[in-house]
Amino acid sequence: MITAERKPLDEILELVGDKKKVLVAGCDTCVAICLTGGEKEAEILASELRILAEKDGRAIEVEHTAAIRQCEWEYLDMIAEKVEAADVVLSMACGIGIQSLAEKFAPQLVMPAVNTNMLGMPQEHAVWLERCVACGECRIGLTGGICPVVRCSKSLMNGPCGGSHDGLCEVTGPEKEEIECAWALIWERLKAQGREELMFTERPPKNWSKSSSGGPRKMVREEAKPV
Amino acid sequence: MADAEVKAADEAVAVAEEAPKRPVDPSFEPEIIVFACHYCAYAAADLAGSMRLQYPSNIRMIKLPCTGKLEVIHLLRAIEAGADGVYAAGCLEGECHYLKGNLWARKRVDHVKDLLTEMGIEPERVEMYNMSSAMGAKFAEVATEFTQRIKELGPNPVKREGVSPHAAAREALGDVAMPDETQASAAATVEEGHAE
Repeated sequence: MITAERKPLDEILELVGDKKKVLVAGCDTCVAICLTGGEKEAEILASELRILAEKDGRAIEVEHTAAIRQCEWEYLDMIAEKVEAADVVLSMACGIGIQSLAEKFAPQLVMPAVNTNMLGMPQEHAVWLERCVACGECRIGLTGGICPVVRCSKSLMNGPCGGSHDGLCEVTGPEKEEIECAWALIWERLKAQGREELMFTERPPKNWSKSSSGGPRKMVREEAKPV
Repeated sequence: MADAEVKAADEAVAVAEEAPKRPVDPSFEPEIIVFACHYCAYAAADLAGSMRLQYPSNIRMIKLPCTGKLEVIHLLRAIEAGADGVYAAGCLEGECHYLKGNLWARKRVDHVKDLLTEMGIEPERVEMYNMSSAMGAKFAEVATEFTQRIKELGPNPVKREGVSPHAAAREALGDVAMPDETQASAAATVEEGHAE
């Protein structure tokens, strides 16, 4: 699912500027599940903004709301009144939700209160791991169900580089944590599946124009479009 | 650590040591909200009353079935409504009636400390304490120590005329807050204790 993290308060305050009527709009789907931008978190941010305003002696009105899904027009209708009444809307949805809100209510000022960071797999409660970058051409059928695009630090498509040692990547994570070598994992998984020969099969180059490098993508399902 | 960093750290320590304590305003009577677990702290408060132990009347209690029901927003609401200090009092670690409720509460209190720091408000205004129902003396001690801490910190910079932090916190909790059947007798004991 899509995960996001709340922006630092200072940055949010800068985005609010001198606006007097603020609406914090949460989204009760992905960002609620990753405990960042659901109704609960929107209420917390609204409370924080009120506390700060009171502390600094600023007159400001902060309300909160949440759409079931900010990325769908129908659900945005349900919060329309509050959105239109605000001077600025702080959206806690993912980038899609924020932009849907901004597009539907343009030119209403809609600001992001979160940074959308990844398509994550919940490994355990409150821990998410990046597992997909929506590259548009999935190859994990050849790699034992492990994505080298996201899990290899270099997104290599044809086996490990020289930086792979004892199953670990030469690169460490932002907190100096070890990263497993995706290709070592792939090799082990293929061996367990008895499909090691896949490592030695020739495969066509990946079509990166299907990824975001090919420009903004659009998907249409003709058979499902309303008549 | 580079020499310059060591020097800077030493200076920071020196400044912290030299920093004069804010003078305590003797007329300042803080409003403190206590979220007390039904199984331990609330019973400990009752015991403190029965033992005729003295503790400040600044604390207003809200009984919860478990401190694990306490959420970040409940603590923030109390601060927003002008509470000078807020603390949760749950069971001893490892002895929660619901196994881990008090451990969850501690994490949430810690998170609120982070949020307060981010807002430039003293994180010491919120705290988590653990005690058993047999610890009447500990209840009184914690209430006294925390009240003193808040007196030293001074009033919450967020003060709203005519807003009751206790009522706001109760409202935020909704049905989670349990009825205060012993509040009346506990309050009477406290007042009596004060008069002594």
